[in-house]
Parts: sequence; structure tokens; C-alpha cells
Amino acid sequence: MSLRADAPAPSTSDVRRFGRSQKWVHRATAALMGACVVTAACLYIPQFAELVGRRELVVRVHEWAGLALPVPVLAGLASRALRADLGHLNRFGPHDGVWLRAALRRDKRRASRPAGKFNAGQKIYAAWIAGATLVMLGTGLLMWFTHLTPLMWRTSATFVHDWLALTIGIVLAGHIGMALGDPEARRGLRTGSVSKRWADREHPLWRP
Amino acid sequence: MRSGYGSLTRTRDPWLDRGRGCSNGYVNSERPEEAEEPEKPLGRDRGTPIGRRVLLGTLGLGALGVVAAPTLQRGMESFLAGAAEKDPTGLTGLLPNGGGFRYYSVTSSVPRKNAQNYQLKIDGLVDRPTTYTLADLRAMPQTRMVKDVQCVTGWRVPGTPFEGVRLSRLLDAAGVRSSAGAVRFTCFDGAYTESLTLDQARRADVLVALRMQDKNLSHSHGGPVRLYVAPMYFYKSAKWLSGITVTEDVQAGYWENRGYDIDAWVGRSNGRDDEPTS
Repeated sequence: MSLRADAPAPSTSDVRRFGRSQKWVHRATAALMGACVVTAACLYIPQFAELVGRRELVVRVHEWAGLALPVPVLAGLASRALRADLGHLNRFGPHDGVWLRAALRRDKRRASRPAGKFNAGQKIYAAWIAGATLVMLGTGLLMWFTHLTPLMWRTSATFVHDWLALTIGIVLAGHIGMALGDPEARRGLRTGSVSKRWADREHPLWRP
Repeated sequence: MRSGYGSLTRTRDPWLDRGRGCSNGYVNSERPEEAEEPEKPLGRDRGTPIGRRVLLGTLGLGALGVVAAPTLQRGMESFLAGAAEKDPTGLTGLLPNGGGFRYYSVTSSVPRKNAQNYQLKIDGLVDRPTTYTLADLRAMPQTRMVKDVQCVTGWRVPGTPFEGVRLSRLLDAAGVRSSAGAVRFTCFDGAYTESLTLDQARRADVLVALRMQDKNLSHSHGGPVRLYVAPMYFYKSAKWLSGITVTEDVQAGYWENRGYDIDAWVGRSNGRDDEPTS
């Protein structure tokens, strides 16, 4: 089981999960999202605000990181592999219904959690976080360019931005928590390869 | 759950080398007929585009949220205000519109001043430039006001008592010259500035505040001395006040150089329509 990144010829027990484009799109998006979350915390949580100060700089970093957040995915659309993965994330088959119902029942048996390359939870997460990011971007722009929009909109946008930020924080923590609990999944995004055993266990319907 | 389960097991058979919950007997006994439907989750353009629907649905909800925000916000505020009263942890204060003040500082750190080293200097177009200590200010007649605080970013803290010396009293004591038209404020954080026209500065609801919420002003609230301009957005109420300079004309302050209105009347500036505070 080679742990070397991008080993040209993965050992037979490894399967290719992600190529360069997917890995870098994920890294860049994660870094920008991280910047948004950290700066948001420094703007919003009094203790952090007190610690960091420099409000104007923090606001600028937050704004630009937020604006850049969709860029990696958009740039990644040039890659066929990434487009294929977006297709996998988008399309739900009957097995995804099985997976979701099992998740609702807290049924953790492998057999009740069938999944292709991505399981239904990952698919829902991807779609939701993409939509939520765009809502944050839209409301953020309304708050940023205050003189371009009618009065009412700004307060409303702030309301949505604040509450959705809280929600995203919680969901993101879940996303990171699950990654922390699955080293092989992390290896997949780090090196591009996962062990066949893991793939068979976690994504039995996936044909790499 | 069952139908999908059955359909899937057929395809999964060759893959299922382990896993206890996957006994074929159990699965196939449920709905064997479903197994006919071939599972090809990776087939191109197969399956329902639910991901797209979730994404668009989230966008739609976001837009709906913006439209419904005024109503939602009112409900949320009253709910959180109730919850905050019974909340011993103070966590509700961190929720949006959970009530309470937020700390904003434009510099990385602010020196701490106390009764020993605090000084307030009044100069510029005055006959008697003066430097006050904290004890001097405390010895002067104090005015107490209880009004709402409204921040330009949206938060509002209702019924907040401020107490201190009327700015007009300090200006009169210094003897403002006839050529003067404005007052400029500087702060010991080293960066923040504000200003008011002389008429605004002489209003009875403008204080050099020493106390807030019936406590001495703490450092994080701009203590030991801050400006309190009751009728204006809170960025006018400069924290860590250390200098009052009488000038000819109004000079834009820190946030005003960055786009905020100089005449910051609550409800009549900055494109906002909040209820006036004073």
C-alpha cells in the first residue's frame, strides 16, 4: 500500500479515486472556506474580535476570500475528471434512497449503506454546501456594496448571512469530523488513491 | 428501503466478501422482483439529478429568507430575548440578534488606561486648553441617559444607561472661539477618529461617558472614557477617547473615510431606516 503521493503505478491493492484537478479544487476551496470561517469568527465572536482587532483588514480578507470561493470549482470545470465527479454527485440512483433511509434510521450496517463513488450523504452535502456558498456570496455582496441596493435589502441580507453562517459552521464541522474519522478517505484526497479494501467496503457500487 | 435493498444486493453480490448485515437470504426474501432493475450508478447521465435540485432549492430558500427576513427577524429577536433571560451560559449572546454588544476595534491592540494614567486633552480653537484626569471628570456634574444603542451593522441594544459629563459643559469650560465650527475626537488606540459639528456636539444628549449599564466603562467597551452620541449610529460614539480638538470644519473620521456617513443620525443615514434612538 504505497503512501507516496501520486505514485505513477499504484500497487495492485490501491485504486485511483481522484486526479490532480479534483485534489486541487478541494484544497483551494477548503483553504478559501477556512479563510472565510476564521475571519468570520474574528468579526463575529467578541473574544476573537478583541484578540485580533484590525477590523478593516479582517473584513477585506473575508470579502475577498468569499468572492474567490467559487473560483476553484469554476476553474476546475475545465477538467473532464472533475466534471465527471460533479455528474456523480448530481445523479441519485435507487441505492442512494436506500442509503438515506438507512441513515435516517441510524442503521450503520454496511449492507444497508450502498454507495457508488460518492454516497448519498456526500452528494447531499456537496449540493447543499454549493447552494449555501452561493447564498452567502449573494447576501455578502449585498452587505458589501451597500450603496447599490435598497435599504431594506441590507438588513435582510445580514440576517440571512448571519444565520446561514452559523448553519454552515455546524455542517462544516460535521464534514471535517467525518473526514477525521476516516483516514483512508483523507488519503484519497491527499494522494488520489485509496485501498481496494476500503473502496469495496465504503463504496461497493463504485467501479473505479 | 426494502425494495432498494433487494435491487442492490444482486449487483453487490460479487463484491460482498464481508459484512455481517448483508446476508443474501434475508435480502432476497424481501422483494426479489426488484432485483431485475440493474444498478448502474456510474452510468453516464443515469439517475435523478437530485443534487441540482438540492442546490437550486438551497438558493431558493436563501432568496426566500432575504424576502422574509424582516418578519423572521422580529420573531427571532423576541424569541431570543426571552431565551437569553433564562440562559445561564450566555451562549445566546453569540447567536445572531442574540442581544448584547459586539466588540469592534480597528487596531491590533489597544493600550489600557486607568485612573492613574488616563488623560483627556481639550485643545484647538479654545481659549483655555485643558487636560482632565479621570478624577477631574468624575468630580464634574454627571448626566445619566437611558436609550437604545444602534450599530450601523444592524445590532441594537435596547435601554442602555450611559452616564458622564455633557460634552457642551467641557466645551464651555474651555471657551470655544467664534471661528470654530466643529469638534474632532481622537482616541488612545492610536487610529480611531470621529468628529461632530459644533451644533451637534453641543446637544444635551452627547456625553463624555464614564459609565455604561451603571458600571464604570470597561476596557472592551471603550473605557475608561468614551464618547456617547445618543442620536447617532454607534460608530460616532468613539471608544477610548483621549482628545477633543475644536476645529473650523468637520473632518471625516475613521469609518467615514471608508464610506460611512458623517452625519450619522439613526434612521436617517447610511441607507438605513432604524427607529431613532434619541
